[in-house]
Order: sequence, then C-alpha cells, then structure tokens
Amino acid sequence: MARITAGVGCSHVPAIGVAMDTGITDQPYWQPVFEGFKKSREWMKEQKADVVFLVYNDHCTAFDASCIPTFALGCAAEFKPADEGWGARPVPVVKNHQKLASHIAQSVILDEFDLTIMNEMEVDHGLTVPLSVMFGDVPEDGDWPALVIPLCVNVVQYPAPTGNRCYNLGKAIRRAIDSFDEDLNVVIFGTGGMSHQLQYKRAGLINAEWDARFMDMVVNDPIAASQIPHLEYLREAGSEGVEMVMWHVMRGALDEDVTEVHRHYHVPASNTAVGHIILENKA
Amino acid sequence: MEKDYEDIPGTFVFDADRSREGYHLNQFCISLRKQENRATFKVNEDTYLDQYPMTYEQRAAVKDRNWNRLLELGGNIYYTSKLAANDGINFQNLAGLMTGMGVEAYREMMVNGGRSIDGNRSKSEWRDE
Repeated sequence: MARITAGVGCSHVPAIGVAMDTGITDQPYWQPVFEGFKKSREWMKEQKADVVFLVYNDHCTAFDASCIPTFALGCAAEFKPADEGWGARPVPVVKNHQKLASHIAQSVILDEFDLTIMNEMEVDHGLTVPLSVMFGDVPEDGDWPALVIPLCVNVVQYPAPTGNRCYNLGKAIRRAIDSFDEDLNVVIFGTGGMSHQLQYKRAGLINAEWDARFMDMVVNDPIAASQIPHLEYLREAGSEGVEMVMWHVMRGALDEDVTEVHRHYHVPASNTAVGHIILENKA
Repeated sequence: MEKDYEDIPGTFVFDADRSREGYHLNQFCISLRKQENRATFKVNEDTYLDQYPMTYEQRAAVKDRNWNRLLELGGNIYYTSKLAANDGINFQNLAGLMTGMGVEAYREMMVNGGRSIDGNRSKSEWRDE
C-alpha cells in the first residue's frame, strides 16, 4: 500500500532558485540560506521517496486573473517549468505519478473536497524551488529523483482557503494515499512563507518571533495552528505570509504525533524569511 | 462585508473588489510573462496597451511606472511584478521603490532582519495613514 512517511515545510522564494541557477550559493549572502538545507538533502536521499506530493501556490503563472481555483490538482503526465517573466528555470520537467494523482482526485472529491483537475499546467518557482532546495542541483536534461503530484492552492486573491480547510484537506489526501494499492513511499511538502510582505509601503515586514511560534504550533499543536485566522497572518506575518496556510495541508496528512528531525530559519532571502522543517511519522 | 484587514497600514489585501477593479490592468501585466509579448510591448507600448480596456488612471500609472499607484488602482504585486521584470526590476528592488526607501537602504534593512512588526500592526500607529 502507498503510505505518507514524512512531511516537509519549506519556503519557495524565487531568488533562492535564481541563486542556485546562477551558481552563487556560496556567496556570503546566500551561504547561510543553503547551509540549513545540507542536512535536508542528505535526509531526502535516505528517504528514497517514490512520490512527492507538493502543495504550493501558483504566482499568476498557470492561472491568470481569468480563472482562480481554490484547490487545483495536477493530473497531467508532466509539468514544464514556466517562464515567469525572466525565462524558465533550467531544471528538469516535473513528472507525475498520474495513476496516483487520478486516484487522489477521485477519492478526495468523494470525500467532499471539490478540487479542480489540471490536465495541462506549467509550474512556477512555487513548485520548482522546494524541489531544488531539497534535491540539490539537477541538470536540466536529467530527472528529478522522485515523481511529483502538484496541488496548487489560491493564496493570491483573498481569501485563501482557511487553515482549517487546508488541514482537513490534508487528512483527506492521507486517506486517499493510504487506500492506493501500490507500494509507494510518499513525502508531502507544504510550501510558502515564512513572514514576508512584497507590496506597498509596509514591504519588507519580517516577524521572526511569530514564525518560530507558528512552526512550534504546526509541530506540537496542529489543530490550534489550523485555527489561526487570516487576519493574523496578514497583520503579523505580512500580506504574502498568508501562504503559510499551505503548511496545514502537509501537517494534516501526517500523524497527530510526529518527530521533528530538522528545522532551519534564516532572514533574509530577498524580501522573505526562509523557514524549513522536516517531520516524520513515528510509525 | 466587514473588512477587518483594511486596518493594516501600508498594505493592500487583494480581495474580490480589488480583483474586479484591477482586472484588465492585471491581465495586461501578466501578458508580459511571455517573451513574444514583451517584445511587442517594447516596440510600441501604446498600441499594446490598446488591447486592454483599463481606466485612464491605470493606463497612466503603467506608462509612468508608478508602482504604488498601480496597487492603489487594483493591481496586485504578483501581476505588477511582471511589468517590473519586463523593465529589469526584481522583487527586492521593486520593494525598494514602493517603500520610498530606495534600493540600497531597503536591501540594508532586509539584511538587518527586515521591517519590525512593532509599530506596523495598525493604521493607528502610522501618522500618514
């Protein structure tokens, strides 16, 4: 049977991708950002994940303002890295486990989560940067070490789905994966954040104390974390900090009790606090 | 509907009302994601802008690259950043411009831990809001 063994929380700052693509990760500005992912890359190798279920948001790349699905599941055979206005990232095409994706769509919709199904979709930095930080450099003509099922969450137009909704969707995804009849090791990523505001006069907001508390809650009291109202993210963690609702999908898909095996936090990467956590199911 | 988030200073929460107001502006901006569109826009901005029925004010803000005005008129940062990218301005430098701090001072603030939350939670804490 397929099973979810671990979860990864991770920022997806575009500048981190640019730093890797241009080979400047050793520069003093970037070195501490990547230092915190050294252990993660070793861990990722040991996991030998067959599939990464990757929760992220599209930044007006696959979806412009004409269509804004709250939850969109990638069911295509593959997903090309998109040109976001400065050329596509030189990373491999992302390949899906299409059978598992279709199974999840069917199971989760009957579980009353009305997903949008994407049979064609380009993916932006929200998806490729977490793969890059966790897997390290992979040549453009190579293959990512795991298949990837993308789940896109709207966090651009207010309101994003509530933390509670995200947490419960995580549980439905868990039920779907648990009932898939193929022996697969699945690791789930919840991406975005930490505190950041990209826009207008309050741009540059960082709230390290709030971020630390958020990570503690996600680990130890996930239900309370899932109840944080949108206003608190917007006010305390910046207008773009509301991305962190996506971490609850990841946490909802894990056991109630988890082991925190790694945590990393650094300010800044461009405008953003970088936060990262690895959680393992105990069983 | 009560908009409790309107009390946050120096911030536009991109809700359904703003999305409606900014629709054509944002659709213009996002079109610049593609290289062929960036090339056409470069040749003649006015002709290109004619395709998008935005308001006079929105169009003027595009022409002036008035980044804050674009947000005031319903633009969203993930869209307006495509116009900035077209001009060779990345997210961090765009923030330097929007905050009025300038690129260097803004970068310095971020390296030193970013803008503190203290004094930046409510409009009541900002004199000019």
